[in-house]
This record gives sequence, C-alpha cells and structure tokens, in this order.
Amino acid sequence: MTPALGSDSETERADDAERSGRSRGDIDDADREPQPHTIRLELADEPGQLLAALEPISENGGNLLSIFHERGNVTPRGRIPVEVDVEATPDRFEAIVAALREGGLNVVQAGAEHYAEEVVVLLVGHLVDTDLSDTLRRVEGNPATSIADFSLNAPEGRNDTSSARLRIATRAGETTAALELVREIASEKDLHVVEPLAGGAL
Amino acid sequence: MSDGKRLAVLGAGAVGSSVVDLAAEYGHEVVAFADSSAAVVDADGIDAAAALERKQTEGTVGDADPDAALAADYDVLVEATPTTLGDAEPGFSHLKTALERDRHVVLANKGPVAERYGDVRALERESAGNVRFEATVGGAIPIISTVEDLSPSHVTAARGVLNGTANFILSRMAAEGIDYEHVLAEAQDLGVAEADPTFDVEGTDAALKCVILANVLSAGEREFTLSDAEVEGITNVPGSALELAAEDGRTIRLVGEATRDGIRVGPRLIPQNAALAVTGTRNIAQLETTNAGQLNLSGRGAGGPETASAVLGDVGRLD
Repeated sequence: MTPALGSDSETERADDAERSGRSRGDIDDADREPQPHTIRLELADEPGQLLAALEPISENGGNLLSIFHERGNVTPRGRIPVEVDVEATPDRFEAIVAALREGGLNVVQAGAEHYAEEVVVLLVGHLVDTDLSDTLRRVEGNPATSIADFSLNAPEGRNDTSSARLRIATRAGETTAALELVREIASEKDLHVVEPLAGGAL
Repeated sequence: MSDGKRLAVLGAGAVGSSVVDLAAEYGHEVVAFADSSAAVVDADGIDAAAALERKQTEGTVGDADPDAALAADYDVLVEATPTTLGDAEPGFSHLKTALERDRHVVLANKGPVAERYGDVRALERESAGNVRFEATVGGAIPIISTVEDLSPSHVTAARGVLNGTANFILSRMAAEGIDYEHVLAEAQDLGVAEADPTFDVEGTDAALKCVILANVLSAGEREFTLSDAEVEGITNVPGSALELAAEDGRTIRLVGEATRDGIRVGPRLIPQNAALAVTGTRNIAQLETTNAGQLNLSGRGAGGPETASAVLGDVGRLD
C-alpha cells in the first residue's frame, strides 16, 4: 500500500515500479550501475552501535567507501552523528536503507533525501490490537517520512487503551503531509491523534 | 468615557447577577433585571442589592413579568441568558426586540453570534443600536476588542485555550497522574465543572468561541456556525498520553484555532513551557497579526465578576 502523499513521491514510486518491471527482461544498465551514496545516521552512544550500522551495508552488497564518525559532536537529542559513504546499485541501496531502519537505526539522510523537519504526534486507542507494527511500517514506508523515535505507554496492558508517541522525521515541507498520513491511518484504525499545533505556533 | 447608561439585564446567573452588582461601580444604572420567571423594573434604577438578595433567598428577582424587562426604557440590553444551540433562542429574540427598538445590545450569551451571526449583523444594520459581545470569548480577556483595534484584516489567525473546565481537567491529569473520571469528579465537587460537563469536555464551548472569532476575523465575508467547526473533546485523552507527552517536555491542551478558512478544536501537543500551556482555569488567546507578530492575551476566562467586567467594558465602548 502506498499512502497518498505528495504527487512527487507517488510519481517516483510509479517510476521505480516501472523500472523494476522492465529490468527483468530488458536490463537498463544505467540503473544497475553502482553509484556512491551518502547515509547520515544518528547512533546511540552505546558499544556495538557502529558495527550494527555497518553490517546491513555489507550484507546487502554495498561497498563501503568511508565512515565519518563524529564522536565529539552530539546532536540535540544526545546522539552521535555518523556519515557513511557507500557504493551500491539503486535497488541494493534501497535494501541497505530499509535494513538499517529495520535494525532500529536512526537514518537522518539517505542518498539525496534529507529528513529536515520533525513532527511529534501522540496516538491514542487500541494500538496493539490494531497492529502497531503495521502502523509504524506505513509511516516508515512512506518515502517522505521516517520514524525517528517511538514510545508506547500501555498501563492497562495490550487489550485496553494505550498511547504512543511518534517522532517523525520528514523531508523539508512535508510535515503537513506526514500529519495527513498519520490521520489517515488513525481514522482507518479508529485511533485518536493528538497533533502538534499547526505552523509551529506555541 | 461615555456617559452612564441605563441597562436592562436579562439572565440572573453568575454573569447577569455580577453585571447588576457592578454596574454602579462603572457609572451605569440598572433599570430592569429579569430571570427566566420574573423581573424587577424601575425607571429610576432598581435596588440591585435587594434584587440579588431576593434571587438568593426566593429564587426570583422580583414580581413583574419577565417580558417587562425587555419592554422597559433602557439604553443597553445585556443578554446573559444561557447559550443555546441551533436557533439561539430566546437570546436571539431578545436581541432582535432591542435592536428593532434602536437599542444597543451587549451579549454574554454566545448563541446569537455563534449560531446566527449573519442575522445578528443584518438586524444591527437596520438599527440605530450596536451589538457587542466581548464577554462571549474568554471572559475577562479583551480578545474581540483587540482584534477590532488591530482590524480583522490584520489578524490572520486566532487560537487559544478557551475552556477552563477542560483545561482544569487536563492540567490536573498531567500534574497528578490521575485519570479523566477522577479529575472530572473532583472538578464537579469544586464547582469548576457542571453536573453535565458535556458542553465543555466535548469541545462544544471552545468551538462556539472559535466560531465567534472566525466570524469576527472574516468580517462578513463568510458566516461560520458550529457546523463548520471540526471538533474533538478531551474525553479520549488518557493519563498514559499525558505521561508520554511529559516525558518529552510536552503537555496536552484543548486548543481551538480560528482563521478565515475554518475552525478546528481538539487536544493538541504543546511544549510545557509554551505560552499556550496555561494551567487550571486560566485562558489564553493568541493572535497572529500581519504587522505586529504574535500577541498573547491571558487571564481569567470565566467567573461572574470577571465576565461582567467584559460586559461593562462593552457598555463603556457604546456611544
């Protein structure tokens, strides 16, 4: 399911689908050519985090070019920024980014896309019974949004009302669309959304 | 300052009674005062203390028919009967009668300007009287007169925490970590919440105030009613959501937003240190202006004397 967001991202998706369909019979060399990509990550300051970030790259056929690990430079959220340059074909690169996210790593930037803005929302309702993983996957699956942080509070156990906080990183100018996506998922699953104020008003 | 006015006060609840009590302090005279079943009328000025005392002890303000107050010889009709939805009656008919007699009307009742704004303005155009309604939004806080001073075309949005009951409940839930039902019961014991809190906790009251603001902002270009508002109350906000918000330095407030394009009311996530994060029964309105940036107006959004001060402020603005 591709959630309807901006028309640009839909078009990109359509192009991708067309390319991959065509490449089965008639391989488009330009698309199969490995290209350099930059991935920016934010890692928790814990042992093993860097290794966890590099494994998905080699496992998915990426060629590691360089790692820039800014240990002294902590982000406002207390994370360590890491910049990784990797060479891979476009589809392998996509698999790498997906694997990094599945591994719980915070991908700030992948290739040309830059998650420039953040939006925090609360979801309230039967979160677990309405397939929480699916909810998160759909936000994560959108090309313009990525979950930077997630926290669940279910004091009554899984069968009652619970709350979740989602910190969603979005591409520049996409926060409104990100909110629409969350609203759409919530209305489908009968969840309530506690939104931030529009336009950054405080 | 204008000259002292002769007031007819309809409604003997907290606001109407406070207007009667405080009118003399503001240089005005009450010539008629009515509750739903009786009235007291005196062209030389009623005995305010006696009428209020009688309301306390006997439940009515006087012996006359309530309609006598509407028919009395006054300069300004103060409409402080309960807000009703839909046709906004009987408040609307009271306003109509006064305007048709070329009298001014000051509303504390939200109904007429939230549900029949176009009709109210049409009647006003035909009348020598004016209609003012500062007290309908944010009690003592001068929100509408500030918008008028800035001119509605220079205000792009108005938002705020405009319902004290909902805000009291949310701030207690956040501070004490207790659930909605418990805080509601406490608020009812304290008299902050009504026995039937639906109007407040489902967001209707905040929405009506935003409808009024949207009507003021659109300056007659578009008429808004409650049916134009997207409204969600606080009954679905559990303690667990407030806890999660607090972990992140945020809290939840019932925020109403009004622009010339529409009205939204719902629980919103805001930083704990933000201006909008008022606690208890305090209200705040935030105006986005084209030349003056953001203005925050905060204060007591309800209460008899507080709201009466806005009514009497309106009376003072009339010619």
